[in-house]
Amino acid sequence: MSGSAVVAASSSWSSALVRISPYTFSAIGIAIAIGVSVLGAAWGIYITGSSLIGAAIKAPRITSKNLISVIFCEAVAIYGVIVAIILQTKLESVPASQIYAPESLRAGYAIFASGIIVGFANLVCGLCVGIIGSSCALSDAQNSSLFVKILVIEIFGSALGLFGVIVGIIMSAQATWPATAV
Amino acid sequence: MYGFEALTFNIHGGYLEAIVRGHRAGLLTAADYNNLCQCETLDDIKMHLSATEYGPYLQNEPSPLHTTTIVEKCTLKLVDEYKHMLCQATEPLSTFLEYITYGHMIDNVVLIVTGTLHERDVQELLEKCHPLGMFDRYSHLILVPSIFCNKKVYAFPNLSCIIMLRISCLILSIATLAVAQNMRELYRLVLVDTPLAPYFSECITSEDLDDMNIEIMRNTLYKAYLEDFYRFCQKLGGATAEIMSDLLAFEADRRAVNITINSIGTELTRDDRRKLYSSFGLLYPYGHEELAVCEDIDQVRGALEKYPPYQSIFSKLSYGESQMLDKTFYEEEVKRLCLAFEQQFHYGVFFAYMRLREQEIRNLMWISECVAQNQKSRVHDSVVFIF
Repeated sequence: MSGSAVVAASSSWSSALVRISPYTFSAIGIAIAIGVSVLGAAWGIYITGSSLIGAAIKAPRITSKNLISVIFCEAVAIYGVIVAIILQTKLESVPASQIYAPESLRAGYAIFASGIIVGFANLVCGLCVGIIGSSCALSDAQNSSLFVKILVIEIFGSALGLFGVIVGIIMSAQATWPATAV
Repeated sequence: MYGFEALTFNIHGGYLEAIVRGHRAGLLTAADYNNLCQCETLDDIKMHLSATEYGPYLQNEPSPLHTTTIVEKCTLKLVDEYKHMLCQATEPLSTFLEYITYGHMIDNVVLIVTGTLHERDVQELLEKCHPLGMFDRYSHLILVPSIFCNKKVYAFPNLSCIIMLRISCLILSIATLAVAQNMRELYRLVLVDTPLAPYFSECITSEDLDDMNIEIMRNTLYKAYLEDFYRFCQKLGGATAEIMSDLLAFEADRRAVNITINSIGTELTRDDRRKLYSSFGLLYPYGHEELAVCEDIDQVRGALEKYPPYQSIFSKLSYGESQMLDKTFYEEEVKRLCLAFEQQFHYGVFFAYMRLREQEIRNLMWISECVAQNQKSRVHDSVVFIF
C-alpha cells in the first residue's frame, strides 16, 4: 500500500485521524501511560490503606508486614513512570515535510497504543493488588498464618501489570521515525 | 452493582469494616466458654473475663458481683463500640447502623408501656431498657414512649387517649426528674426524634391496651421494622442486599415460627396471626398459610420441614419438644451470622457483629446466672458457642 492510499477523502473520519499529528498521539500515549498507571496505583493504595489502618487498630502487628501490599500498588505507578520515560525517549523530531509520512504515523500510533496498554494494564493491576491487599490486611489481622498465602496471590496479581509493561515496551520498539536526512 | 463494590466500598466503608472485623476477633471462643463454664463463683468469671476484651470494663467493680453488673458492663462495652462506629460512619452506613437498634427501641417501647400498665416504677423501667434502644439526644428526657405522641396517633382517639394518658403520667414523672417543665415543650422535643414513628401507622387499633394487644403491637411494629430494613437493604444493592436479605429472611421466619408457637392456644385468630408475619423470607407466602392454621407444635414442624434449611433445625429435636427450639434457632442464626464475615465489602458484617455480641452477652448472662444460683448442671442448656 502506498503512502497516498492512507489519505482518504477529506471529510471522512480516517482523514481526521491521519491529520492528527503523530506527536499528538505520542503525547497522549505517554500521558495515559503515566496518568492511568498512577490512577490505578492510587486506587489500589486507598483500598488497601483504609482496610489496613482499620485492621491495625486491633492488631498493630500487621502494619509493617502489610506495607508490602502498599508497595506492590506503588510499583504499578513506577511501571507507569518507567514506560513513560521509555516512550518519551522514542520521540524524535522529523522535518515538517515528513510529519505525515506513513512511518511517522506508525511511530505515533505505536507510542499511543503502547501508552494505552501500559496505562490500562496498570490500572486494573493496581485495583487487583489493592483489593487483594485489603483482604490480606483483614485476614492477617484475624490469623497471621494467612499472610504468606495471600501474598502469593498478590504477587500473581502484580505480575499482570508487568505483562502490560512488557508488551508496551515491545510495542514502542516499533516506533521508528523517518530518518532526518532523506 | 454486584461484584463491583470492591472498587468503591472502601472510600466510606473500608476503615469501619476493618474495625468491626477487629472487634469480631475479640469475641469469646469455645475455649473461653469452657473456662467460664468451669467457674465456681462470679469472681472467677470476672477473673476469666479480665483476660478478654471485657477486662477494662469489669476491673473496677467491687467484689460482691451481681449478674446484672456483669451483663450491664458487657452491654456497656457493646454500646461504646456501637457509638464509636456510628460516629465514624457516613451515609448510608450510618442509617444501616441505626436500623440495627430499632429492634431494641421497639422492645423498650413495649417494656415501658407494659410497665406503666402494671404501674411499675418508671425509674426501674428505665434501668431495664436496653441502652441501644435509647434515643441518643435527650435520652434521659424523652425516651422511647415519646413515639406515642406522634401526630398519627391523634387520628385514633380511643387508643391514643389511653396511651396518652399513660404516657403523660410517665412523661410527667420523667419530666419532674429532668429539665423540661412544660408539657407542650416536651411534646415538641418529643416529636422531633421518632425513628419508629412510621412503623406505628400500621398498629393503631381502637382496642384497649392489655397484655395481648401490647404483644400484638410489638409484633406488628417488628414486622414493619423488618420489612422496612429489608427494603432498605435491597435499595443498597450488591453484596449487602444479598447477605442481609438472607439474614433478615431468617429473622423473619424465626419470628413467624415463634409467633405461631406462642399463639397456639390463645384467642388470636388465624387471620390476626397471619397479619403478624413479615411479607418476605423463605416461608413467605406459602409457609405462612400453613403456619397460620397450625394448632400444635408438630404441625408447625410439619410445615417447616418442607423447607430444607429448616429441616436440619428440626432434625435435632425430638417430636413434641419446643423448649430446645429457641436454642437451635439461635445456633442456626449464629452459624449464618458467622458466614457473613466470609465475604468482604458489604454492610452485613456490622449487623452480624452486633448480633453475635448480643448472643455472647446472653451467654454470659446465662452462665453467670447458673453460677450464681448453683445450677451448674444446666449451664450448657442455653449457651450457644460462637466459634
